[in-house]
This record gives sequence, C-alpha cells and structure tokens, in this order.
Amino acid sequence: MDFGTFLWTSLAAFLTLGTFSFLYKDNPFYKIAEHLVTGVATGYFLIILWHNGLVPNLFQRLEDGNWYLLWLDSSRPLYLIPAILGVMMWTRFSKTWSWVSRWPMALYIGISAGVAVPVEMSARVNKQLYATMVAIDWNNFFGHGGFNLLDTTSGLSQVLIFVGAMSALIYFFFSKAHTGVFGGVATFGIWVLMIGFGASFGFTVMARISLFINRLQFIDDNWVQNAFNTVREPNPNWSGWFQAVFWVIMVLFIGYAVKEFVDYRKRVRSQTA
Amino acid sequence: MNILDKMMRLDRRWIFLFLIVVCVVANAVEFEVPILVNREVQSIYDFIDSLPPDDIVLVAIDYDPNNLAELHPMTFTIVEQCWRKKLKIIFTSLSQNGPGMTDQAIRDITDSMALDRTYNGVEYKGREIVNGIDYTFLGYKPYFALIILGMGQNFRLQFPTDYYGTPLDSLPMMRGVNNYDDIACVMDISGGNITDYWISYGQGRFDFPLALGLTGVMTAQYYPYLGSGQVFGIMGGLLGAAEYEELTENPGLAKDGMRIQLPAHIVIILFIVLGNIGFFIDRRKRKQEGGVQ
Repeated sequence: MDFGTFLWTSLAAFLTLGTFSFLYKDNPFYKIAEHLVTGVATGYFLIILWHNGLVPNLFQRLEDGNWYLLWLDSSRPLYLIPAILGVMMWTRFSKTWSWVSRWPMALYIGISAGVAVPVEMSARVNKQLYATMVAIDWNNFFGHGGFNLLDTTSGLSQVLIFVGAMSALIYFFFSKAHTGVFGGVATFGIWVLMIGFGASFGFTVMARISLFINRLQFIDDNWVQNAFNTVREPNPNWSGWFQAVFWVIMVLFIGYAVKEFVDYRKRVRSQTA
Repeated sequence: MNILDKMMRLDRRWIFLFLIVVCVVANAVEFEVPILVNREVQSIYDFIDSLPPDDIVLVAIDYDPNNLAELHPMTFTIVEQCWRKKLKIIFTSLSQNGPGMTDQAIRDITDSMALDRTYNGVEYKGREIVNGIDYTFLGYKPYFALIILGMGQNFRLQFPTDYYGTPLDSLPMMRGVNNYDDIACVMDISGGNITDYWISYGQGRFDFPLALGLTGVMTAQYYPYLGSGQVFGIMGGLLGAAEYEELTENPGLAKDGMRIQLPAHIVIILFIVLGNIGFFIDRRKRKQEGGVQ
C-alpha cells in the first residue's frame, strides 16, 4: 500500500470513528461524516442517473435531430413524449402550474398499477395461499432425520403454518368479540405474531452487530495494521508517516474525549457547589 | 440506591462501551466458531454445484455500500464458486449506489481467481477472468420493476450495451443469450425491496429458479417464499454468508466475523435477561408499595 492509498484509508477510518462517536452524543466529527455521506451519495446518484438513464434512454435516441427544431426532425421523435411528461413533473414547484404535474403522475400510477396488480396478486397472494393449504405430508411428519423442527417441508411444519396463519388472521378480525374459543385462537394468533417479530428482532440485532464487525475488521486489518506495518506481508513503501497520520486522527478523537470529560467535571462541580 | 436501581438507571452508553470492548477483544483473540449449515443455504450451494460448465448464472448485486458488510461476503463466495466451476455470470446492479462497488468487487474477485486454490478437496488452477467471455456486467438502470420485466423479453431491450459501453452482441458469452430462458438461475443479493420485484415481476412472471442473499433485517420476512417454493434458497445476513463460506471451504470476512458475533450476541442476551429481571423485580416492588395496579 502506498502512502496516498493509506491517506484515503485513513479518511475512511476517520469517518468510521466519527460516525460511531454518535453513540456517545452528537458532535462535530459525526456531523462531518453525516454531511459528507449525504452529499457524496446524492452527487453520485445524480451522475449515475444522468449517465444510465437520461443519456442512453433520451439524448442518444434523439441525437440525430437538431436542437433548434426541438428534435422533432429526429428519427425517433416519439421519445419526446416521455421527455415532455418528465418536464411536466417539474411544475410541482409552481403553485399556479402544479396541477399540470398530475397528468404524468396519473399516467405513471396507472401504468404501474396495471403492471403490478396481476403479478403481485399471483406471486404474493395466490402462491402464498396455495403454500398455506398444501396436503399434509404424513410420510415426513416429523421432518427429515427423525425429528427435525427446522424442516419446513415436514407435515408438522405444514400444520403449524396453517394453524399459525389462520389464528393470526383471526386476531385481526374485529367484527366478533375476542371471547371464548374465538378469543383463545386470537390469543394464539398474537403469540404467533410475537414469535415472528422476535425472529425479525433477532435477525436485526445480528445485522447491526454485523455492520459494526465489518467496520472493526476494516479498522484493524486495513488501517491499524497498515499504520504499524504489522500486515502479513510487510509493506515496502511503509514509512513513519503512516504512523503519524494514525496518531493525528487518534489525537483528534482522544482530545475531544478529554475536552468532554473536563466539561463534565466542571458541570458536576458547579452542580454540587 | 441499591444495585438494582443503579442497573435500571444505567446510562445506555455504558452498554455500548461494554459491547465495543467485547467485540474488540474477540477480534484480537484467535478462536474458531463451528458453523452449522442450514438447508436453505445448502440448497443454493447444491444447485450451483450441480450446474455444468458454461451455464449462465445471473447475479443481481442489488445493494449499496451501506449493506456491504453483510452482503459482500456472499457475493465474493458465490461468484468465486461459479467461476471456479467455469460457469458464466451476468451481473446487474439495480441499486443506485451499487454499480461502482460492483465493478470494484468484480475486479477483486478476478484477482483472486488468478491464484491456484483447493476447495473441498478439488484443486482449481488459477485463470484469467475475461469480460465478455466469463462475465458480462450490465450495470444500472433506474426503475428496477420495468428493468426486471424487460429482461424477461430481451436483455438488449434494457441494456443495449454493458456497463463499460460495449454492445451486448459483440460480447461472445451473450451471443444467443436473450432472456431468462437462457440462464440457469438468478441469485439476487439484495439490501432492499428490489427482492420483492425479483419475486413478483421476475420469478412470478417468468418462472426461473431464484435464490436470495439478504441482509439480516430482511431475512425473516422472506421465509414464506421459501416454503411456497418461489425461491429455492435463502442466505440470511452475515451468518448465511459464513455458512456459504463453510460450504465452499473459502473462509472470508463472514466466517471471521462469526467469532466476534458470538460473544456480542451473548452479551446482548445477557443484558436482555438482566433488563427483564430488573423490570419484573421493580414492578413487583412497586406493586407491593401500591404504586402499580
């Protein structure tokens, strides 16, 4: 790794530490990281959209026309229609003309709904209904390998899925009081929902920790080890400047922590005085 | 104030600090965590392993750098498995901030492919991976629902050229490859709702084999599609990636991350248990004092 690459790595490490410093409280390092990420992501997206959307889909298709004839003389003038619809969207910024934007919006929503309804109905309603009402597999009731609760193809799983789905649906049926047997099933339904939410929560915790682990691996493997040249294959380009950059960043954060601690002590003293 | 009161009023930042210390220590200490492979991950591995050379897999890298931690290890392992088995890959990147990251990932895996490796007892010689022969990167186009539908008719409809501006017809591997009928499966590695569109507009409409690699947050909500047979496999979060690394005998960041994940989870479970014990003791105490009904 050369020094230039290390500087970029150090910037990434600085932004990582700055972002995590929010766990303590909002601070200037976090603000720098937050604004930089937002700005860079927006700018990057704009350029990507320009080069992958507007240029190939519109400008390149009209390029054989002349701008002073508003590209009406191009070989594919029909592409002007979506361009005009796109421009009409921008009228939302004017109070007087914002009604114009409803036309492209209506067209867009109409097409989207028309495309979406059949495929969504088939994939997310019908197929899920069929999967809930399959015949019970008595030959594999307890799952592969004797007794396997994790086997989602077992007969027992099929029964659990059917009972769970029905009881969860019953919980959301409010036209009848949740009393007696009906209430019992609804209570079972809420337990099913809670187990589902618990599984989601567990996965979410794993996901958040995973993000932290990745940053930890990055700081250790890519930054600290390169700063001190303790990587598996020693870096021939390494110099004392690598360590210097590391310590400059660390001094910034440690200095801020010390300042915060001094301020905290002052606050405590003034409260006790 | 007794110890229980102190614990119930503990500043959450101490918990963050404790968790950070545990993770840092776990990162510094070398130990291995056994990885148990789930059926839904095994089925992805088996499917790809059973494909003959020159079959085409479409790998949809539908995530931004903010999901890189969980999903990059999946991409690296699956793509290397495909290339070691001499499969061809069509990459798409339908998440707006993803194309640059995908391009970088392809180059990194290409570098790794130049080395000789032994996976699961089979020795694979290093080889050069060539754009247009071993893979095609279609890049990004906005409105992924329409892109997914359009690719069902012809890849050229939405992507007349690849990410680098080369016309698809001049890429050797794309000759005669028109739509989903010409590929073996779609592997969607996703950090957002693009997965819904691959299921509805892609698999639902064109009926191709679909497998998912998902962030941990998303995983639970896609299991119903596994039961219904709409997807043939799911890799969930860093654990799913670690399981795949275990299957391919290609340990990477995911498997390494598991030894940090384990103590971190133990700490979180411990704090949840302690918090609940404290909550119930506190509630009982207040009931006895007549504070809570």
